[in-house]
Amino acid sequence: MTDSKYFTTTKKGEIFELKAELNSDKKEKKKEAVKKVIASMTVGKDVSALFPDVVNCMQTDNLELKKLVYLYLMNYAKSQPDMAIMAVNTFVKDCEDPNPLIRALAVRTMGCIRVDKITEYLCEPLRKCLKDEDPYVRKTAAVCVAKLHDINAQLVEDQGFLDTLKDLISDSNPMVVANAVAALSEIAESHPSSNLLDLNPQSINKLLTALNECTEWGQIFILDCLANYMPKDDREAQSICERVTPRLSHANSAVVLSAVKVLMKFMEMLSKDLDYYGTLLKKLAPPLVTLLSAEPELQYVALRNINLIVQKRPEILKHEMKVFFVKYNDPIYVKLEKLDIMIRLASQANIAQVLAELKEYATEVDVDFVRKAVRAIGRCAIKVEQSAERCVSTLLDLIQTKVNYVVQEAIVVIKDIFRKYPNKYESVIATLCENLDSLDEPEARAAMIWIVGEYAERIDNADELLESFLEGFHDESTQVQLQLLTAIVKLFLKKPTETQELVQQVLSLATQDSDNPDLRDRGYIYWRLLSTDPVAAKEVVLAEKPLISEETDLIEPTLLDELICYIGTLASVYHKPPSAFVEGSRGVVHKGLPPRTGSIESPESPDTAPAGGPAADQPAVIPTQGDLLGDLLNLDLGPPVSGPPMATSTVQMGAVDLLGGGLDTLMGDESEGLRSDVGGSPAIGGSGSFTAAPSTTAATNVGAALGSGLGDLFDLTGGVGTLSGSYVAPKTVWLPAMKAKGLEISGTFSRQVGSISMDLVLTNKALQVMSDFAIQFNRNSFGLAPAAPLQVHAPLAPNQSVEISLPLNTVGSVMKMDPLNNLQVAVKNNIDVFYFSTLYPLHILFVEDGKMERQMFLATWKDIPNENETQFQIKDCSLSADAVSSKLQGSNIFTIAKRNVEGQDMLYQSLKLTNGIWVLAELRIQPSNPSFMDLELSLKCRAPEVSQYIYQAYETILKN
Amino acid sequence: MIHSLFLINCSGDIFLEKHWKSVVSQSVCDYFFEAQEKAIDVENVPPVISTPHHYLISIYRDKIFFVSVIQTEVPPLFVIEFLHRVADTFQDYFGECSETAIKDNVVIVYELLEEMLDNGFPLATESNILKELIKPPTILRSVVNSITGSSNVGDTLPTGQLSNIPWRRAGVKYTNNEAYFDVIEEIDAIIDKSGSTVFAEIQGVIDSCIKLSGMPDLSLSFMNPRLLDDVSFHPCIRFKRWESERVLSFIPPDGNFRLISYRVSSQNLVAIPVYVKHMISFKENTSSGRFDVTIGPKQNMGKTVEGVVMTVHMPKAVLNMNLTATQGSYTFDPVTKVLTWDVGKITPQKLPNLKGMVNLQSGAPKPEENPSLNIQFKIQQLAISGLKVNRLDMYGEKYKPFKGVKYITKAGKFQVRT
Repeated sequence: MTDSKYFTTTKKGEIFELKAELNSDKKEKKKEAVKKVIASMTVGKDVSALFPDVVNCMQTDNLELKKLVYLYLMNYAKSQPDMAIMAVNTFVKDCEDPNPLIRALAVRTMGCIRVDKITEYLCEPLRKCLKDEDPYVRKTAAVCVAKLHDINAQLVEDQGFLDTLKDLISDSNPMVVANAVAALSEIAESHPSSNLLDLNPQSINKLLTALNECTEWGQIFILDCLANYMPKDDREAQSICERVTPRLSHANSAVVLSAVKVLMKFMEMLSKDLDYYGTLLKKLAPPLVTLLSAEPELQYVALRNINLIVQKRPEILKHEMKVFFVKYNDPIYVKLEKLDIMIRLASQANIAQVLAELKEYATEVDVDFVRKAVRAIGRCAIKVEQSAERCVSTLLDLIQTKVNYVVQEAIVVIKDIFRKYPNKYESVIATLCENLDSLDEPEARAAMIWIVGEYAERIDNADELLESFLEGFHDESTQVQLQLLTAIVKLFLKKPTETQELVQQVLSLATQDSDNPDLRDRGYIYWRLLSTDPVAAKEVVLAEKPLISEETDLIEPTLLDELICYIGTLASVYHKPPSAFVEGSRGVVHKGLPPRTGSIESPESPDTAPAGGPAADQPAVIPTQGDLLGDLLNLDLGPPVSGPPMATSTVQMGAVDLLGGGLDTLMGDESEGLRSDVGGSPAIGGSGSFTAAPSTTAATNVGAALGSGLGDLFDLTGGVGTLSGSYVAPKTVWLPAMKAKGLEISGTFSRQVGSISMDLVLTNKALQVMSDFAIQFNRNSFGLAPAAPLQVHAPLAPNQSVEISLPLNTVGSVMKMDPLNNLQVAVKNNIDVFYFSTLYPLHILFVEDGKMERQMFLATWKDIPNENETQFQIKDCSLSADAVSSKLQGSNIFTIAKRNVEGQDMLYQSLKLTNGIWVLAELRIQPSNPSFMDLELSLKCRAPEVSQYIYQAYETILKN
Repeated sequence: MIHSLFLINCSGDIFLEKHWKSVVSQSVCDYFFEAQEKAIDVENVPPVISTPHHYLISIYRDKIFFVSVIQTEVPPLFVIEFLHRVADTFQDYFGECSETAIKDNVVIVYELLEEMLDNGFPLATESNILKELIKPPTILRSVVNSITGSSNVGDTLPTGQLSNIPWRRAGVKYTNNEAYFDVIEEIDAIIDKSGSTVFAEIQGVIDSCIKLSGMPDLSLSFMNPRLLDDVSFHPCIRFKRWESERVLSFIPPDGNFRLISYRVSSQNLVAIPVYVKHMISFKENTSSGRFDVTIGPKQNMGKTVEGVVMTVHMPKAVLNMNLTATQGSYTFDPVTKVLTWDVGKITPQKLPNLKGMVNLQSGAPKPEENPSLNIQFKIQQLAISGLKVNRLDMYGEKYKPFKGVKYITKAGKFQVRT
């Protein structure tokens, strides 16, 4: 007698037969029939046609039958809303039943029926159940509020259920408390701004008491809730930690990890000198290690979290290296994670063990794992200097195995070792060269070519080696081509006599026969450099390279701090903040670690640390690229950075990109990240890390003013800052990924040498490749329109982003928008068409010839009626009159005259918009306190509606 | 919270689905199948998969994938733990957690799932509460039910559901009152080529079978509690007592449960009870190789090592093996390339040995990697860490229970590299 019999009736009249049985008089037959219906439902068969017949069976004293009918109702009520109403009466009656099990069951089931009409009837029973004398009913009702909120949030708020739910946090029964917390947390997730879980010391105390007594699942909810609390001082933090620590010994690993989260977060507030701090550190290690003896799935999640914890507080697990040693039958996803953590824990003390292990892994069967192990050896060499020699000899041993992929990986990492320890291990080059022919992966070929070019003077036949690559130049991937170009130029600069022919050959291949703009641009740059000033060329191309960082894929510190607050969640598995990927999070709450209160250092004041600002001094993103690209970028960045604050757009793009690209790499898929980190040229890997910057710069320049752009790149000796560019705001997200099926667009507008462009970053956050991009603008106030189609050269792979500078003109059709500077944009890709609107700063429309004659100015000022004059205030500007004037001039607002009246500076200025509207301005600068000025701006214009936007432009330019 | 659950068998059929919120289409599993295809081996399917609108968190147990669908940020460990709990419950109810067992009891399964989770929140996951709500199937009961018309669904609120001891039901009665504890220790170790220990630790558990009437309050003490510095407890254990007195004090659940699990880490020097002498080599030109393995006892505290089984994943190039075993029997599966040698008991006088020739695929390059040897063994009446139970006291009830403690040491993930 098993339930499989319910599946056997697959004859044609199955539904009909069931119908008859459901309407049978015999209770037993009825129940069997309902069971058959449920059985069909579980395998996804549609039995909704039986709805009325099943509902008829609902009024029964048989609890099993009732439950079965309820099960059915939950599944099908949505598709038959009118029929579902028939069930309401029974529900309402059951909510009054003397048996608490039935009361709870009724309210629970009603909440699961996602039909509006039913939810209306739910309110009254729910209100009663929330105050039921039986805790079982109350706890069920608490969850029901969350269900109802999911269906109709407004209703829940109007009916005051949220307050009742909050009251339940103080319930006498721990299970009710836990469920109330769970329900509130779920509701709060969809309302990030609401202050639902308003935690104070009293409620925290209640939660901590309930924590000891509720079920394991309840403990998870309560711990996760506690983690959001911000203790007022270190003493409170410590007392919470003390009460949470026993949870570390729980058998349920989710409880353990949630407890770890609370402790990791609150530890931040404890002074390191405290004895308790040390005790806590010691207590954290064993439970984390224990998680690794659980099922592989649990291990995986634990390892991803340990990866974060190790980066934040390496001291916790520094003695536990051995538990991360890989067993040959671990699943691959566990192996890779363990390997990653091993490298992070590697230090001088344990490097011998680690290397022995890594060497062992390098002979395993799984190719991915072997590759990662070989790379890991290279990372050890770079991280622990004392071990470098042993690592190199281990790598050489591995090269001797002649296993193709091992050799290639080894060469890629040896390149990095050369970068880190220049002129130390060149003796191995001969061995590497022996393997030249077996290299078939672009990354390995590129690495080998880099080595040959870099050490050309020590390799007798360097020219022959490089020449051999040249034969198939056009079949190589871009990164190999770029490397080859650079390597041959290096060779030429080192041995000019024998290699002239070779260098000409490669330059012509790169510039004339290639249609890759990156390659072509680089070719031209070299060509010019070599032909105009070989000495400078030598200085540039053979310049000393910046050192590479020790740790290649550390998570950027602010992100790490945020992720620590998300230990145990999906965010911790993906190493991305939830805002980056969770679709359901309708708003973004950034969590941060609490500041240490015991210490003297005051936390950064909020206004001095803008979120996501370009943190130029992040240690995490020192590029490891060693080729020309690094050199070029340095060249390009060098002078303006040290120069006047008139930051040209090139610099900004470079800086922003360094960060953005770097982060992408860090956050991307682990192996992918590694790949592009150690790689050497622009087109490497998927995430197109930092290298995108120069290529777009080049593209912009080619598009805008080829001559001047290139000239600028070369303009090393000449004056700096000839590049005219108005202020460019940092990029903001215009189209979030969740609104556009994974496509994220951020951007800004810039104006440079008379041309306007829209600088976009397209990021693919979906799982599929995106291609076929196109862009279109709606009609707008100033006729802005794309001057060229949106060119995305290659399909955009998942997690990749691309920077594009789209040139704009102002000859499009005109329609007045509200607000005036509103721009509606449509972007199309192979997936769909997406719309967004953005506000452009008006100063991109200020033309270069906006300087009016003095006389003309006076005449026009008088001519424009006084009612067209508008006045604005700009407060707390820290610039002097001259600085203001020169800053504004950068954005084509021209100062015509300056006067000093009663100790106040007056500036008279003019500007012209692309559509020919002149705007005249009088700027009064009065010191408000010693360091700040208040500016009073009077604008006169024949079209006064623009004034407000002009003012906004002034403000943005001056405040940035 | 948990949105839906799909049960999928090894051939990729979805044989059960359950939704706790709105219905999620089966097609979401396509992403899972995709990942499964990519992973090749079933064990290698990543446990967390993201899809455009959902996340799939899965476990693989007893040849079934438990794939849960979630939509919002949820602790993945919570989901994984819950899925394991579901599998445990099936095991507990049907004796095995298999596709047939689940299909045979589909309605009970459905009722169980409904009872375990409400709107994605765990409701009742303790086995004895569930058993009060939904009676496990027995042949006798289904016969009785069909005669009397009574059902297998309990109609009273389970007593444990809201008490402070949710793991125990009230009114338990036995004629023979018994309490048994099994101290089971598994040795996880990696031994390198030369026979020295790379890594070793002991994973221990105390599994209990308690059949005591009423509300007994037990305390269990050890001769050497200091060994236990990394312990996970069943919720029934009073943590404070342990912290202060190193005594396990608890009101036990009824029936079988895991009282504690613990880890004795490598720092404390783990004894390795067996050694393996091995000589495995492949020759390039003759497409053959030699295989010679001997297993012997070492640090076994005077007890017999028994139940010894060695499994080896041979390299792909191995076609066949011609071996002779001095003891036990061996099999080699030419498809999976797994060599299994069932040794049995080790007698120190005559050490078991397996040796012979390995045939390689002709023309193929000689395998780079040497296989790891996976060893299983058992030692009765010994906890290798030296842990010993001192005494068990019972309070709160008057009868005199029968008490018993059993020790056993096993190999966990015990690997010898060659």
